[in-house]
Amino acid sequence: MIEERFDAIVVGAGMAGNAAALSMARQGIKVLQLERGEYPGSKNVQGAILYADMMEKIIPEFREEAPLERHLVEQRFWMMDDRSHVGMHYRSDDFNEERPNRYTIIRAQFDKWFSSKVREAGVTLLCETTVTELVRDERERIVGVRTDRRDGEIHADVVVLAEGVNGLLGTRAGLRARPTPDNVALAVKEMHFLPRETIEARFNLKGDEGVVIEAAGTISRGMTGMGFIYANKECISLGIGCLVADFQRTGLTPYGLLDQFKRHPSVLPLLAGSEVKEYSAHLIPEGGYKSIPQLYGEGWVVVGDAAQLNNAVHREGSNLAMTSGRIAADAIGLVKSRGEPMTATNLSLYKKMLDESFVIKDLKKYKDLPPLMHTHSQNFFLTYPQLISKAMQNFVRVDGTPKVEKENATLKSFVKARSWTGLFGDACRFARAWR
Amino acid sequence: MDAEPSVRVEDKLYYNRYLVDVGRPHVKVRAHTSPSPQLVALLKACPARCYELNDEGRVEVTVDGCIECGTCRVIAEPTGDIQWSYPRGGYGVLFKFG
Repeated sequence: MIEERFDAIVVGAGMAGNAAALSMARQGIKVLQLERGEYPGSKNVQGAILYADMMEKIIPEFREEAPLERHLVEQRFWMMDDRSHVGMHYRSDDFNEERPNRYTIIRAQFDKWFSSKVREAGVTLLCETTVTELVRDERERIVGVRTDRRDGEIHADVVVLAEGVNGLLGTRAGLRARPTPDNVALAVKEMHFLPRETIEARFNLKGDEGVVIEAAGTISRGMTGMGFIYANKECISLGIGCLVADFQRTGLTPYGLLDQFKRHPSVLPLLAGSEVKEYSAHLIPEGGYKSIPQLYGEGWVVVGDAAQLNNAVHREGSNLAMTSGRIAADAIGLVKSRGEPMTATNLSLYKKMLDESFVIKDLKKYKDLPPLMHTHSQNFFLTYPQLISKAMQNFVRVDGTPKVEKENATLKSFVKARSWTGLFGDACRFARAWR
Repeated sequence: MDAEPSVRVEDKLYYNRYLVDVGRPHVKVRAHTSPSPQLVALLKACPARCYELNDEGRVEVTVDGCIECGTCRVIAEPTGDIQWSYPRGGYGVLFKFG
């Protein structure tokens, strides 16, 4: 199929793959990028939020050209029980800055644009091509890939695996383990279309201002999970995700959960009259630092979701993906510029550089939080939200009960549900994991 | 909350665009007489409800509506209950928004 010789093959055209391909091409590296979708983005699913700082490091002028939805001026956290939510909102006019910090985007559209920049930089992109296998030489080094096209074996000095959370190649080649049910979440999402003015009125926005709602609580019915609502220009991205192990254990359905989230009295009015135009699902790496696999080897590196680089606490993934792609490209560029081969020893530079970046530092900070959330999901996602909702209602409802009695009742409800040792233990465990 | 409501997943999938690779399903269920707990879990966990119980009490998969999330792979590939690959290049779900 392809007679040409390439320096590097990038598998996948998501955030990590595009960042890697573009950054390599700019260093004069000859890159072939393979994508199984009809066009880049047609298989990619995310909320989605774009983090400008990391994007700027790859395409500084992206704001002028990229299909962006809204810049975020407000973040809402909702702790939900069945009929209420306790919220914390942060809104600031500071976010109406010249170079806003975060944007909502629609991945299929954004990725198409991102890919156009990748190709402009000289990358050869081949779509509708599924890579089926990694090719090894007699010394077990990775020397290329096999695709589902006829005569589809292609060789290169290095293969960048940007194949996503569910990457088959690395697993099949024994480079990393398959994700396990307790370190990936399944999220389902719908795109709800509404007139622009309606979205702005419902979310209290003007112009291109945007808002994000992250929601947790009884909506996940005791499972480790979260819901989200993102305001785009003319649609709302709404979804919910929980650990696959929890779905497996409870037998609850993802679409049932999504439906209940949509019908929650705090959510329903936001969606009234909307037209749904797409239903999607995606796995999200949730295992954090402890689930990061081997990141490099003889003739290969792995980047983005395929390397489990996702910060579940801050709901950040695409920025970790694009940064890991960029750093891998820089490391490969350095090795190449020294005229050295793409051995594991040389490619270990990628890990060294990644360790020094926010990507690994952030994941390390929260290394104990995913296990804590996963093993105490009943408390953190069911019991506490219910208790806090009752406490708030007790606080605001005026019914002639003396305030001292109200406070005592609230305190008692907490102690009854979790006991003093339980409360103390939860607080300590959480604080320790957070630090 | 009430018992899980009946949601019509097929209506949701109707919004999506697909290019079905007729006769070449990318997911296959291993022949069995009675389904393993992993296969039974897929009846509920698959977000596109691709897995169904047939009249003989066996789990069957129809991949036409698959949204390629990989949940079934994570649950049932380790036990050998299913075989999972990506669809051939260009086939499968085509997200307009993603």
